[in-house]
Amino acid sequence: MMDSSVKIINEWDIVAARQLGRNVAKELGFGTVDQARITTAISELARNIYLYAGQGEIMIEKVESGTKKGMTIISRDEGPGIPDLRKVMEDGFSTSGGLGAGLPGVKRLMDEFSIESTPGKGTFIQSVKWLR
Amino acid sequence: MNFRDRMLDEYKEILKTYIHDQTEQALYMSQKFSRKSIEYKISPEEMISLHKTSIMDLEPDLPESLLLSLDILLEVMMSYGLAYREHQSLRTIQRELINEIEVAASMQQTLLGTQIPRISSLDIGAISVPAKQMSGDYYHFVSHENGAISVAIADIIGKGIPAALCMSMIKYSMDSMPDDSQNPGDVLERLNRVVEQNVDPTMFITMFSGLYHPDNHTFYYSSAGHEPGFFYHAETGTFEELQAKGLLLGVDKKAKYNEYERKVEVGDVILLMSDGVTECRTEEGFLEVDTLIAYIKKYIHLSAQDIADKVYKELEYLQDFQLRDDFTLIILKRTA
Repeated sequence: MMDSSVKIINEWDIVAARQLGRNVAKELGFGTVDQARITTAISELARNIYLYAGQGEIMIEKVESGTKKGMTIISRDEGPGIPDLRKVMEDGFSTSGGLGAGLPGVKRLMDEFSIESTPGKGTFIQSVKWLR
Repeated sequence: MNFRDRMLDEYKEILKTYIHDQTEQALYMSQKFSRKSIEYKISPEEMISLHKTSIMDLEPDLPESLLLSLDILLEVMMSYGLAYREHQSLRTIQRELINEIEVAASMQQTLLGTQIPRISSLDIGAISVPAKQMSGDYYHFVSHENGAISVAIADIIGKGIPAALCMSMIKYSMDSMPDDSQNPGDVLERLNRVVEQNVDPTMFITMFSGLYHPDNHTFYYSSAGHEPGFFYHAETGTFEELQAKGLLLGVDKKAKYNEYERKVEVGDVILLMSDGVTECRTEEGFLEVDTLIAYIKKYIHLSAQDIADKVYKELEYLQDFQLRDDFTLIILKRTA
């Protein structure tokens, strides 16, 4: 299976990541609403890298589990990391400004979501959307 | 068939009706439809998509540009959809918090509960109503072995949950006070030390502490910056403030509290209160002392509990049933 990734360094890379995500989503047969959800999630993740980590990458993979098909979005950076994960996953926190904009939103847009972050080392976020 | 399965058909029908003859009926149907879709948690982006599918079906010859414009609308709606879902989840959290506070409030009532003592020469009544769910007012009675009755009324400066938590501490220290330290001044000195050591320096407590001796019918009292009570002389039908000087609890650990005393005759009434009573605000401003006294006088012939209840009802009415501060009123009436 072809894996692909986009390095996020400047704002235009966010667009490239979205484009890659949309192509894969379309290919897999996601409808327009889900395509929009997946690209919005990619946007949020890529923006976080761009704004808070400086650089990192977005990786898109197709996944299969039994009869289920879907796609995984991975966001990885070696930025400052998130000291309080519970806080950034709280509703109302991101909208009041600050780190980790919209992670609860990403979690809602996708079907699965996991995050690891080490202060000083970076952040790794993996999320999956399944084809219904 | 559930709503999600039939919503496309329903929506198409509404759209068709409206395109055909622009009736208010169709608009009303769409309002009903939107309520239903909120109930079934249909997101804004799903609605746009539904609209696009419906219109493409109904009007196959629409210009491509119009359909493309809906893609932009869908994308723009994504953030609205997220904000909406966040709002929903915050509402759930809010409901949970409200429930928790309700549980805490009823627990506070249980924790702070005090029995009104019964002695033959004194009729005692008390009412305490919180402005919000948790009260920052507190009153406490103790019946001593020698027949004397201690009464205390306190008000935490600050309201809500922090005040309520602080109250529990006061109650605990009062309960663990030895029976031989009945003098109001001593009580305040002890509590002052507890508060000074344990409470946040920005939190202050005012307290009025009293002791009624049925042997000589004398009321001894001290105050830690608390709202002065009133003394009603039955013989002359006049009211007098129960003035007492003393520093708030928690300010200075060496604070001393003077003790005052007053002889109580049959028919005389002692009224102790929190500032929620005297600082009761109406549209015309603060309640005048004379007005308050007039209300009390109107009911002074009743039993102690009835005086408390009726005065509360009057002031509640005066404030349009919106208490701005916790309200506590204690009545001690010598009957024999």
